[in-house]
Amino acid sequence: MNAAAIQVKGLEKSYKNLEVLRGVDFDVAAGSIFALLGSNGAGKTTVVKILATLLKADAGTAKVNGFDVATQPAEVRESISLTGQFAAVDEILSGRENLVLLARLRHLKDPGSVANGLLERFSLADAAARKVATYSGGMRRRLDIAMSLIGNPPVIFLDEPTTGLDPQARLEVWDAVRELAAQGTTVLLTTQYLDEAEQLADRIAILHGGRIIVNGTLAELKQMLPPAEVEYVEKQPTLEDVFLAVVGHQ
Amino acid sequence: MTTHFFSDTAVLLGRSLRHIARSLDTIITTAIMPIGFMLLFVYVFGGAINSGSDSYVSYLLPGILIITIASGISYTAYRLFLDMKSGIFERFQSMPIARSSVLWAHVLTSLVANLVSLAVVVLVALLMGFRSGAGPAAWLAVVGILVLFTLALTWIAVIPGLTAKSVDGASAFSYPLIFLPFISSAFVPTATMPGPVRAFAEHQPVTSIVNAIRDLFSDQPVGADIWTALAWCVGILVVAYVFAVATYRRKIA
Ligand SMILES: Nc1ncnc2c1ncn2[C@@H]1O[C@H](COP(=O)(O)OP(=O)(O)O)[C@@H](O)[C@H]1O
Ligand SMILES: [Mg+2]
Repeated sequence: MNAAAIQVKGLEKSYKNLEVLRGVDFDVAAGSIFALLGSNGAGKTTVVKILATLLKADAGTAKVNGFDVATQPAEVRESISLTGQFAAVDEILSGRENLVLLARLRHLKDPGSVANGLLERFSLADAAARKVATYSGGMRRRLDIAMSLIGNPPVIFLDEPTTGLDPQARLEVWDAVRELAAQGTTVLLTTQYLDEAEQLADRIAILHGGRIIVNGTLAELKQMLPPAEVEYVEKQPTLEDVFLAVVGHQ
Repeated sequence: MTTHFFSDTAVLLGRSLRHIARSLDTIITTAIMPIGFMLLFVYVFGGAINSGSDSYVSYLLPGILIITIASGISYTAYRLFLDMKSGIFERFQSMPIARSSVLWAHVLTSLVANLVSLAVVVLVALLMGFRSGAGPAAWLAVVGILVLFTLALTWIAVIPGLTAKSVDGASAFSYPLIFLPFISSAFVPTATMPGPVRAFAEHQPVTSIVNAIRDLFSDQPVGADIWTALAWCVGILVVAYVFAVATYRRKIA
């Protein structure tokens, strides 16, 4: 078992009278993918913003990569990157310019070649010189994630990375996330989609009513339900299978 | 992290300057209204206005330059507002960069954009017959006052840029600033105004700034106006800066 890359204890946060987090606890093992599952308004973004040093918690502690978010924010920022709920890309710049900008801000040696590498890896090379305003939602999201990888931060936060994407773009994002974890990056992603958590995460935590009500591996979560009965049914293709087959995704 | 302040600001400045270069229309729009006022006042009202000087366009230009700046800074608020809305601001804030460089990049961009607009307006004034006997030192002084005034208004613009809830809110604050020159010595001598209006006109910042620039342009001794003008510019700059930075701190807390 690896050391925890993210440790959250007793996190509380209210907006005026609205208590959003009422004591959130969880740990994320280094190099794993952790899914924070919750319905709209559950407080997922609030957790991510606190971990990314954009918001201060009212109570509790959070450590990222061993650094306290409240007392060592600069060190935390060195360790993370955030892909927010809405793609944070510069519409007026080209895809390549966006990547070069981020590489410069991360003080990397050769921003141009870093950008080229990522454009290649995220299949954006053909659109590299185009204004981002002309990109599709999926391309924009891919660029957004590519921008987060610059400088290889050990911890990455992805806030609802596939909300609003079509199924194909969703699969592309999933592949990107898997690739990240394969390289040893710790990924905390939030999602409203059960299948996304099921597909990607090593561990899943459900945020509900301001607390983590369930936290475990997919297998552990499944054991919480009564044992499955064996039923014989003809497997029907789902609409998603049909869609992907028709548009030519294997 | 402050070690990166200058390089981070330079990188972000490069970004916003690209934005401007790709939307030159914003600079043109900024210049169009003041140029319109200049045409209107010189060719429509000019004949009826007795400014006590030979060339009304030369009399008018300092006030027109102030209007140019007042309308230009609404774009600063607008650009900042867009960054806040789009999420790119949060992305920058979650990165290991000098946090204040995000703000400084916008402020310096505002300065560059306004200087370009001002140059356009001066060119049009030259075409309309504006002539100045000012030497290099006087021109330098004029540019210095305009730079200070732009910075002062830019730091005011930062506040709505950070706090506005809508695009309109982000730029509406500049309307009163645009009209301030009309109740000053910019278009007609204040001596022609009725008592209370005159008292206001003679004690608001635009009059001393306009008078100082007008004297510099016409190669006259500037007198006390320039010190009053500088005091206004620096005073507004300092107060606006303090409030803007406090607002920023609250935003990124
Ligand atoms: N800045 C804010 N001011 C007031 N309420 C907020 C603010 N941000 C979020 N909220 C509220 O807090 C709750 C949790 O929001 P959020 O963390 O964005 O949830 P999620 O990301 O799970 O959808 C929601 O009810 C939302 O309306
Ligand atoms: Mg959210």
